[in-house]
Amino acid sequence: MSRKELDNFEPADKEVIASAGIDLEEKMRSASFLQQDAQTCFSRSLIDGVEILRIEDALKEYPEAEEYYGSSFKLLGREYPQDTEGGYFIRVKKGKTIELPIQACLFLKAEGFKQRVHNLIIIEEGAKVHLITGCSAAKSADEGFHLGISEFFIHKGGYLNFTMIHSWKEDISVKPISIALVEERATFVSNYVCLRPVRDITMYPTAVLQGEASRASFNSLILSHPGSLQDIGSRVILRAKNTQAEIIARAVSLGGKVISRGHLKAESKDVKAHLECRGLILSEKGIIHAIPEMESEYRDVDMSHEAAIGKINKDEIEYLMSRGLSATEAQSIIVRGFMDVNVLALPEMLKKEIAHLEENTLGKSF
Amino acid sequence: MPMEKKGNLLEIKNLTVEAAGRVILKDVILSIPRGEVAILFGPNGSGKSTLIKAIMGFSGYNITGGEIIFAGQKINSMSIEQRVKLGIGLMYQHPPKIRGVKLEQVARFLSRDTKKIKELSNELSLSEHLSRDLNLDFSGGEMKRSELFQIILQDPQLLLLDEPESGVDLENISTMGSVLNEYLKKEGKSALIITHTGYILDYIKAKRGCVMIGGKLWCVGNPKEMFGEIRKFGYEKCKECHEPQRIG
Repeated sequence: MSRKELDNFEPADKEVIASAGIDLEEKMRSASFLQQDAQTCFSRSLIDGVEILRIEDALKEYPEAEEYYGSSFKLLGREYPQDTEGGYFIRVKKGKTIELPIQACLFLKAEGFKQRVHNLIIIEEGAKVHLITGCSAAKSADEGFHLGISEFFIHKGGYLNFTMIHSWKEDISVKPISIALVEERATFVSNYVCLRPVRDITMYPTAVLQGEASRASFNSLILSHPGSLQDIGSRVILRAKNTQAEIIARAVSLGGKVISRGHLKAESKDVKAHLECRGLILSEKGIIHAIPEMESEYRDVDMSHEAAIGKINKDEIEYLMSRGLSATEAQSIIVRGFMDVNVLALPEMLKKEIAHLEENTLGKSF
Repeated sequence: MPMEKKGNLLEIKNLTVEAAGRVILKDVILSIPRGEVAILFGPNGSGKSTLIKAIMGFSGYNITGGEIIFAGQKINSMSIEQRVKLGIGLMYQHPPKIRGVKLEQVARFLSRDTKKIKELSNELSLSEHLSRDLNLDFSGGEMKRSELFQIILQDPQLLLLDEPESGVDLENISTMGSVLNEYLKKEGKSALIITHTGYILDYIKAKRGCVMIGGKLWCVGNPKEMFGEIRKFGYEKCKECHEPQRIG
């Protein structure tokens, strides 16, 4: 499908795709990939130094892609599903700093379709880039399923800021499986946003800090609607000296269940890591279960966590009421503040976009 | 000197308030005329903050007897929001921290005058704080300046100030005192100010002071003289030399 044919997308589909952070006009993007069900609709790079194509094509074209494929799972001694179809290959060339984000969209359209993709993201030495992956489902995609395997390779001194926006609906089941391997002085930032309804999500992405002075941070904003189950965690394995990790999770339950996991594992001394999980339960039916874990084989580590769950503090509501806000307005401003887009580590440009998306979605919930 | 009733902005008649099942205020009588500032002294735990919270209408403070009348209306069962609309404002002693809610958001809610927000935040050295989360990692002095900033933007008829100067260094007390005094004088506002340290008295022209001990109001007089006596002899002396009085 060419860009022109993209214009034939139904307006409702375009809206759903946009709600996952995808800019179909590509005005502020450096490269784009769009897969509907199992079919690649669109894939192109607008800038030198960025390659973006369907994974099967990349495996044919580049012998080295084969070496990457599945290697992160092997490193951790884990199995991964082999029956995938599609997914993207993104490579940013050595030393390139890409100002505008790359975007990839995985879109469910057909009723009952089971989308199973395998993505490879390679950030070569010293390259820097932002990647937005938007996952969404059309109205027609009843009882859909999405499995997304992502392997990230961030080479020496590289920087990847990866933002994943989930914009599903009540009857979709989702299972992302991700591993990021981070080399010396490289940085992996993962931002995850899920504000719309979904049936269930199970994910526990892992970052392995294998090079000295590498860093990882996972930041997530989760809104849980009645009837949904979101079992969402982040894990960082700190394998080298002077590595740093941070996990920050914010969850608001409007009636669904959230299991918020976090696991920091020190496999080297002289590492620093922090985990923070905060949950707000706004409905009597809502459940938030925070499971923060920390593990170290060494004494010389600096690891900490904090977790706090509860309803909105009455004092905060009354404080704002004493400034003249109604109880509803006070609750709304507190929840919006709790889900502050600044929790995510985003560049200014994307911050505005995501804040706008968030406002659109939260505006429908409160 | 008894004031004419119609001149009173706030009248509290025989107010009894319970919190957590305990009687905190007993039969309190107090009135504040329009344009007048009253100072409330008293030891810790005597019920001063409870009085202010009951006037503001916070949950957990149950009025079991008496009346609070503001601008001629009984406000006993009004919501906080309604009381604010009538013209009551509160400067907190210990404001809560609210993550993600910026001081500027509240400022913009309180006033549409962006120039005023800018100028007042400059005057109170709060320009940098506008983009920060409300009270999060604010020092004691910063919190108080932020509270003063908000209440002036809110511009109520009656200002309830709960220890506006506690935890504030001397230099900032001078700034805050001047800003507050100028505002009260220029706008002809009424205020009820709780103070422990008395520093605020150097800046604010207050006609009357009173002492609360054990949930009752005792003694009434010139606030500066009273504070001098309290410093010399402690609060118990107030009890010895005066019977509980009806203030106003």
